Amino acid sequence: MLPFSFEKVRTEQDAIRAAAAGARYIAGGTTLIDLMRDEVERPERLVDINALPMADIRADGADLVIGALARMSDVAAHRETKRLQPLIAESLIEGASPQLRNMASMGGNLLQRVRCPYFRMLDAACNKRDPGSGCSAIDGLNAGHAILGTSNHCVATHPSDVAVALVALGATMRVRGPQGERAFPVEELFRLPGDTPHLEHTLHPGELIVEIRVPGGPYARQARYLKVRDRASYEFALVSAAVALETEGDTIRQARVAVGGVGTRPWRMRAVEEALRGKPVGRDTFTAAAHLALEGTRPLSHNHYKVELLPRTIVRALEMAGGTA
Amino acid sequence: MTKTNHDAPSGNERSLSGHDAPQRGPSRRSILQMAGGAASLAAAPAAIAQPASSEGPPTAPTTRVRLVVNGSARDLKIDPRQSILDVLRETLDLTGTKKGCNQGACGACTVLVNGRRVTSCLTLAVMHDGAEITTIEGLARGDELHPLQAAFIEHDGFQCGFCTPGQIMSGVACIAEGHATSPEQIQFWMSGNICRCAAYPGIVAAVADAAGRT
Ligand SMILES: Cc1cc2nc3c(=O)[nH]c(=O)nc-3n(C[C@H](O)[C@H](O)[C@H](O)COP(=O)(O)OP(=O)(O)OC[C@H]3O[C@@H](n4cnc5c(N)ncnc54)[C@H](O)[C@@H]3O)c2cc1C
Ligand code: SF4
Ligand code: FES
Ligand code: FES
Repeated sequence: MLPFSFEKVRTEQDAIRAAAAGARYIAGGTTLIDLMRDEVERPERLVDINALPMADIRADGADLVIGALARMSDVAAHRETKRLQPLIAESLIEGASPQLRNMASMGGNLLQRVRCPYFRMLDAACNKRDPGSGCSAIDGLNAGHAILGTSNHCVATHPSDVAVALVALGATMRVRGPQGERAFPVEELFRLPGDTPHLEHTLHPGELIVEIRVPGGPYARQARYLKVRDRASYEFALVSAAVALETEGDTIRQARVAVGGVGTRPWRMRAVEEALRGKPVGRDTFTAAAHLALEGTRPLSHNHYKVELLPRTIVRALEMAGGTA
Repeated sequence: MTKTNHDAPSGNERSLSGHDAPQRGPSRRSILQMAGGAASLAAAPAAIAQPASSEGPPTAPTTRVRLVVNGSARDLKIDPRQSILDVLRETLDLTGTKKGCNQGACGACTVLVNGRRVTSCLTLAVMHDGAEITTIEGLARGDELHPLQAAFIEHDGFQCGFCTPGQIMSGVACIAEGHATSPEQIQFWMSGNICRCAAYPGIVAAVADAAGRT
């Protein structure tokens, strides 16, 4: 690990001032320390934000409001999360391990880096780590990589689970920076790789994620997260689906669907949602709608299986949410 | 316990170079660390076996922290790069806590920080000034083993023993969290601890047994 200077701040202003001058925020450190040790990340200044009062979890009417420093385990276990947005709790529990969830913050989770193995190998070409060097995964070991939103410059998936649930539910986030405060959908945090895969998010320099707001909805309590992976637990997703249904009798009034493990960012499936609207709950409806998820997919040499697995995962998640699994 | 459970590691420099204390040739400790490093690299999810880059030569300690380790306050001068794991092992010589992957993936380094289980390899000590840390060395009361330690012996919860301190610390937390309610729950809530020897049936039985007694 390269040397860095370390500073702990007590106020948001101090944090933002330090970050605007080039310091890097550190929360749980589970992404940052790991990558600093491998010298993939090389911040010269770290600013510890854990003393800031941003770890609250609360209900605001039907909305769930989560502070950026709230730990994954605390958010998952919180009664308001379970009451208002069980999908958030389920997607959190399916991620990482109990130890890591005790450390990892919600803000850090959204900004975690990719799990592409070449990203960590300093001697491999990787446009994300070393812009212009090439992408080792496109013709390399790419079984875990994306089939949606890829470019000729990067094909890595966004690894977060809870981000998939947040995108499905239309969550928004509030950030503060040198230019003041703004709020925007979590979905808009993530950039597509295009020809600048080293730029992953839309935060301005020095911006601090303050909180995440998950709006309530009639579908919130009929919602499930399904994560398909190589092991029963504690592994990143091959494919995952976050779905929420509002039903009236046997008819679907509206649906929310987003998927993980297949996209270069958490991927909302609006065509699938549209196809579910007004249809009867059941496998035929789910299968027909889930097929629309394949629009625009571009499998790589080793991940054709995801083309098969993606609609099946959506169907199973819908069956779980619809009570027909 | 045998040292030959794992083949000699090849190309795993991590355990040897990750030290902040100077090395004098392989000690029993470093051999065990090498064995564990090899074991957990093979077991680590999503982690690709690769030579780790060196943490660099030891540098002069530059920061002061106070850690309350197993009940006693320790005022330390540390390098801000040191993880809690490295402080425990290298600065305090508490080598019960093991370094497996050094990437958060294997759970061998699990300790309790303010009562919560964490992977100490991904936790900078400088960020935990004033924290209370409980390690495997802090569980027994004198000669009397902690109920979970006793249960691990009774149920054969280990083979080589490398993952065991992490398993036990994780298990203590798992029980305290109320997550040790069934074998399935225990499997899920202990999944952050990899056992290369696959002593899982014994581990689950030990946690279930100790949970039933507390
Ligand atoms: C072995 C392992 C397995 C994992 N498995 C999963 C999994 O299955 N599913 C999953 O979703 N995740 C998984 N993770 C990732 C884990 O969830 C993230 O590492 C964690 O959520 C990051 O949060 P943190 O607080 O530790 O972030 P840090 O490491 O502290 O920070 C990460 C990044 O976010 C920035 N940052 C942090 N907070 C803020 C803020 N408030 N405002 C602006 N910037 C900020 C930092 O500057 C840094 O760039 C795994 C991690 C490991 C090590
Ligand atoms: S997929 Fe992206 S992260 Fe992986 S090697 Fe290619 S550019 Fe790097
Ligand atoms: S040493 Fe493997 S998780 Fe810390
Ligand atoms: S790794 Fe050998 S006992 Fe678990």
